[in-house]
Amino acid sequence: MSAVVKDDPRGLQPARRFAAIGTRAANRRFLLAGLLLGACFAAIGAQTASGTESLLNKKAPEITRTDLNGRPLDLASFRGKVVLLDFWATWCASCLVEMPRFVQWQRQYGPQGFEVIGISMDDDPALARKLSAKLRLNYPVAMGDDKLGELYGGVLGLPLTYLIDRNGVVRAQFQGDANLKTIEMQLKALLVQP
Amino acid sequence: MRFSLVRGMGMIALLAMLVVAHKTIHAQFSGGAPSPDSAFSIPAASLLQPEELNRLLHTQGANKPLVLQVGSHMLFAQAHIAGSEYVGPGSQTEGLRQLHNRVAPLPRKTFIVLYCGCCPWSRCPNVGPAFKLLRDLGFTHVMTLDLADNLGTDWVDKGYPVERGR
Repeated sequence: MSAVVKDDPRGLQPARRFAAIGTRAANRRFLLAGLLLGACFAAIGAQTASGTESLLNKKAPEITRTDLNGRPLDLASFRGKVVLLDFWATWCASCLVEMPRFVQWQRQYGPQGFEVIGISMDDDPALARKLSAKLRLNYPVAMGDDKLGELYGGVLGLPLTYLIDRNGVVRAQFQGDANLKTIEMQLKALLVQP
Repeated sequence: MRFSLVRGMGMIALLAMLVVAHKTIHAQFSGGAPSPDSAFSIPAASLLQPEELNRLLHTQGANKPLVLQVGSHMLFAQAHIAGSEYVGPGSQTEGLRQLHNRVAPLPRKTFIVLYCGCCPWSRCPNVGPAFKLLRDLGFTHVMTLDLADNLGTDWVDKGYPVERGR
C-alpha cells in the first residue's frame, strides 16, 4: 500500500510545498506527517482485500446501475469527487458499525467533493431497502451481484470499502473490521489532492 | 522533583489504562458462555482448518465430507469451495429450513463440513445457528471450516480449489 503513494506524482506535491517554506520546523512536521501517513498506509495494506488481483492504482471498474430509489447510478458521473465505495450487506455486523459513520462523513465532507456509494450484496433487495431506510442513508445505494463482485476482484468477504480519487483511480481498499480513523485520514488526504 | 511528579502521574495513568484494558478483555472473552448464534459457540474440537479440508477434498471414499455453504448466495455465485453445495444463510429461517431439508435423508454419521466466510469469524452470523441445527438433529460428525477473515483470504488466496457460478 505504501507503494501507492510513492508512485503517485500527486502525492509528492505537499512535499514540494514544505520544501518551499524551507524551515527546519516545517521539515520536521513533514517528516512526522510522512511517518504517520506511512504507518497509516501500512495499516491499510494489512487490511487489503483479497481474492484476486488488486485494483490499487487502477481505474475503478465502471458501475452503471439503478439505485434503490429508482434513480440511475453511474460511477463515472462522480469523477471530480472522492468516492467511498462500500460493499455491504444487512447480515454483515461490521458493515452496520461502519454505515452510520459513512452517513456522518457524507454530511461532513460532502461539500468538499466527497461521495459515498453503497453496493448491497444482499440476495434480497427488500432487506437492503429496509435497512437503508432505518439507517437513513444519505447516499445512493444500488444492489450488487456476482458479476459486479468479480469486476471488483471478488467480493469474497464483507465489509469491503474502496477509496477512489477525483480521477476515478482506486487509492485504497479495506476489508473486514477496518479502522475507521484510518479510512477517514486517507479520505481527507485525497480530498486535498486535485 | 517536577520530573518525578510527572513520571509518577504517568505511571498512574498507565496502570489505570491497563486495568481498563484488562476489564474490557475479560468482559469480551470470559464473560459467560457465548451466544448460541455466535461462531464462538462452536467448540474448538469441531473446527476444521482450511489446509485440512483441502487435503480431505483430495481423498476418496468415506473420509470425503459433504461440504455445505451456509452464507450468502451472492458470495457463493462468485466463488465457492469446489464441490460444495449452497443451502442458505444459517442466520435466516429459510436458510435453516433448506439446510434441514438437505440433510434430513442422510445418515446421522455423515461427515458434514459447514462454511460461510462472509465476514471475520467473530462477526459471522451464519455458522453458529447452522452448526447447532445439525447437532440438534443428531449429526455426530459435523465440522465447521475455520475461516478467520473470509473465504477470499483464507481459501481462495491460498490457491485451494474454487468453483464459480450458481
